[in-house]
Amino acid sequence: MYEFDWSSIPGALPFLWEGMKISLEITASAVVVGIVWGTLLAMMRLSSIKALSLFAAGYVNLFRAVPLVMVLLWFFLVVPKFIEQLFNIPPGADLRLSSAIIGFALFESAYYSEIIRAGIQSVPKGQMAACSALGMTYGQAMRLVILPQAFRNMVPLLLTQAIILFQDTSLVYVSALADFFGAAYKVGDRDGRLVELLLFAGAVYFVICFSVSQWVRRLQKKYQPA
Amino acid sequence: MSYQWNWGVFLQPSAAGDDTYLGWMLAGLKMTVMLSLSAWLLALLLGALVGVLRTVPNKWLSGLASAYVELFRNIPLLVQLFIWYFVLPELLPEAWGNAFKQSNPVFQMFSASVLCLGLFTSARVAEQVRAGINSLPRGQKNAGLALGFTLAQTYRYVMLPMAFRLVVPPLTSEFLNVFKNSAVCSTIGLLELAAQGRQLVDYTAQPYESFIAVTLAYIALNLIVMALMKRLEERVRVPGYMGGK
Repeated sequence: MYEFDWSSIPGALPFLWEGMKISLEITASAVVVGIVWGTLLAMMRLSSIKALSLFAAGYVNLFRAVPLVMVLLWFFLVVPKFIEQLFNIPPGADLRLSSAIIGFALFESAYYSEIIRAGIQSVPKGQMAACSALGMTYGQAMRLVILPQAFRNMVPLLLTQAIILFQDTSLVYVSALADFFGAAYKVGDRDGRLVELLLFAGAVYFVICFSVSQWVRRLQKKYQPA
Repeated sequence: MSYQWNWGVFLQPSAAGDDTYLGWMLAGLKMTVMLSLSAWLLALLLGALVGVLRTVPNKWLSGLASAYVELFRNIPLLVQLFIWYFVLPELLPEAWGNAFKQSNPVFQMFSASVLCLGLFTSARVAEQVRAGINSLPRGQKNAGLALGFTLAQTYRYVMLPMAFRLVVPPLTSEFLNVFKNSAVCSTIGLLELAAQGRQLVDYTAQPYESFIAVTLAYIALNLIVMALMKRLEERVRVPGYMGGK
């Protein structure tokens, strides 16, 4: 029978925390950029200008058809070289963290834009008509009337997507970037305690994601009495 | 910028000499399809079972089923994969663990991947099945029970035949996800499509062609699955429901 030995975890906690900070940094930046760019994509998709709505539809469908691992590989192996050549950055500069953030943000914004599009469409049509009748421009109507209501309805879905994104950040493993999972793997590999470290990492992810999703569920009940 | 495009690279014999680089890619595609279909089968069977259990009146059974769903939904897929592949063989009785570790490495990676992807997806399938059952009018279950059916018969003859039809459209996106998530299995060394793409970059030094080809292959898979599911959805559509005739 396997004998567990958890002794390498306490000493490794500061290193693991450094990794967790990277995971959280990627999650937070990708959520913010994803929501901003996702909102723009959703508005383009709903726009009456054909070129804009075609572009947004193509973008969203492209990113939703490709595995995240593939997108990350593009951003780790191909895009940095391209950017180095384009801007004459000396080769070897560590672009992994910024590549990861950009890759995640561009990928997740496709998913965010679908949530936001549904949110905008959930606002009754009469509101837009009322804004126009009051003399508001399209931009004013969106900013002051439609989007505030849409976002209020979307909060639970946006948070759920953020939990998924947080879980997905573990995939930066493909670039050997030491996020929380990468750090746990490195410690386990170094000490020959992979079993304990992997179980520990799984438990930490579970506790975080489960508590946040329970909190989102309560939030949902509070905002939308069934 | 002086990049030399060379699409002919796919027809060149590979470094190992026994195949072309195109052959490598097709081998990866085949592995992705086999892995995804096996995992999907497992996910459908387990997901249907767990989804039904989540709706039964027995507190213990439904509690167990909901613990199952929460467990698989709140741990990243990559972590689950590493646990199946690296941790489980250590925790099995020694003889089993050793037998597994001495088996063909491709079999080890493939079986861990199918198990991981299948269970991960089954939790999501279970949620859809539960939603399908809960969307049925309450009267159906009550009518079944009032006619003297047992609970099991009510599920078997009244509720599940409807629920399984209603659940097909939402399952399409889960089916697509299986193919996309299978790319995660490249991390343990399984030579599926994404892993072959990486290998092509290393061997051919033509990163753009390699990645464009692999990305297009994923898009093609996606389109084929969507087309197949659309035909299935048309066949199982329930008249009188949203999207029905």
